[in-house]
Amino acid sequence: MIDAFVHFVTAPYWPFVLIKSLVLAFVVITTFAYAMLFERKVLGWMQLRPGPNRVGPWGLLQPAADAAKLILKEDLTPKTADPLIYRLAPFIALLTAFAAYAIIPFGESKDGLWAVGNVNAGILLLTAITSIGVYGISLGGWASGSKYPLLGSVRSTAQMISYELAMTMSFVGVLILAGTTSLDGIVHAQAKLWFFIPQIVGFVLYAITAVAETNRTPFDLVEAETELVAGFHTEYSGLRFGLFFIAEYVNMLTVSCIATLLFLGGWNAPFGWTFLPGVVWFLIKIGAFMFFYMWLRATLPRFRYDRLMAFGWKVLLPVATLNLIATAIYVAIAG
Amino acid sequence: MRKHLFNVGAILKGMSVTFSFMFKKRPTIEYPSIKKQHAPRFHGLHELRRYGDGKERCIGCELCSSACPANAITVVGAENAPDDRRSPGERFAARYEIDELRCIFCGMCEEACPTDAIVLTPRFEMADYRRGSFIYSKDRLLVPAEAGTGPAPDERPGGIPSDLGAVADQKSTTSVAAGYGATHRGEILKTQRKGLAALRDVPAATPQGDAR
Repeated sequence: MIDAFVHFVTAPYWPFVLIKSLVLAFVVITTFAYAMLFERKVLGWMQLRPGPNRVGPWGLLQPAADAAKLILKEDLTPKTADPLIYRLAPFIALLTAFAAYAIIPFGESKDGLWAVGNVNAGILLLTAITSIGVYGISLGGWASGSKYPLLGSVRSTAQMISYELAMTMSFVGVLILAGTTSLDGIVHAQAKLWFFIPQIVGFVLYAITAVAETNRTPFDLVEAETELVAGFHTEYSGLRFGLFFIAEYVNMLTVSCIATLLFLGGWNAPFGWTFLPGVVWFLIKIGAFMFFYMWLRATLPRFRYDRLMAFGWKVLLPVATLNLIATAIYVAIAG
Repeated sequence: MRKHLFNVGAILKGMSVTFSFMFKKRPTIEYPSIKKQHAPRFHGLHELRRYGDGKERCIGCELCSSACPANAITVVGAENAPDDRRSPGERFAARYEIDELRCIFCGMCEEACPTDAIVLTPRFEMADYRRGSFIYSKDRLLVPAEAGTGPAPDERPGGIPSDLGAVADQKSTTSVAAGYGATHRGEILKTQRKGLAALRDVPAATPQGDAR
């Protein structure tokens, strides 16, 4: 009876896909709101402050207050801006950030209850979608028609080509070990041993490049407020700024999901602790990775711009290549 | 390469520091809800005291005014009428005004006062919207008769009790529209200060207090 119901709900009838997507979008937005609150709390605690605690108990209504403020602010467009692209850019950033969730599986299910769509080349599609996200930032900065946003968008483009190669290379080791590009398959391949142990180099590479991917400290050169006012979103105000903000956090969640799927065993329970369902383990791992980001932000200062380039090309890329070659040789001999 | 590996160690050390700080005691005092205990003789807003029989202590001698290094106090004394004695002495303060924006809270007025009439309380939250509202006149400085006398400044072993400044909880009675014109001191200021002179003939409807 339940199986039949699950099968009915999860079959690719579009109303159910639509409902699942809506629920997922709601969940992601709520998670974003509380991830932001949690980040401010964590940053506060690490700086010996209590963090936001005025709105609601323990500051729990702070996201609602922030949203109300952003919605009520005036939406400014500079005279020199390219109006169409200027208005479009936040939506590009937001839509690409959300699109990734269409193919991320959150839990174990043969009929795809925990994923909106099950794509057999999932990781390739995911990489493609997250790469498009940088267009929102680049176009937004360029279309603002003002100098600091332009510098920010130039930086974002240059930064992207320096780290994204290494990031994708760090995936390939996992793909060789798993022998599949399907996200489901990669998680199943980690049932015995999570890939961050054999692929520890790849995992460290990914953890570093993912910070650059989401434009966060220490690689937040795109919005470097001490140098570029606010970088690419200097001219944005109100809800349009809010969209960029949402996109940044949703991207953080996305890279945490990818790290969990590729390196941390997805929904597999550690040490065989299966008393919690797989989805909960998945969320715990995402939370741990998000916390790692906040922790990094509270600790490290910003990289110098040229050093990020040098680091990407001279350290990350060669290490990723060596890791890829070593993995390939190992699989060819042992597998 | 060796140098770079040391850098990784430095990053890890930094991260351990930030992590340990998460669990340290936070020194924040959540101000509006929790107020810090002041030093016993903290110098805050002034108040004018009375004797036990309800008569004002101030005899209008203007010693506080002349002791004031910031020239913030204006006193206009007057003779006590025989049938309506405001103070035990011959004279009383017909007007007593302190410009709290000029005041440096040094406490010299308190030391100069021969009758312990003017006293600094621990109250410090005086924020207001108009400059004119910071000129406190007797309506806000004088303790109401029913509030009692309170100890004299030199007779407070444990410092000033925190409830003594309660008189300052009263809202400003200075008319916003009248601005500086509402107080005697304001009138003097208008004649003394160039910037204010221009405001003298502005119609009363415009808020003059913060127009400077």
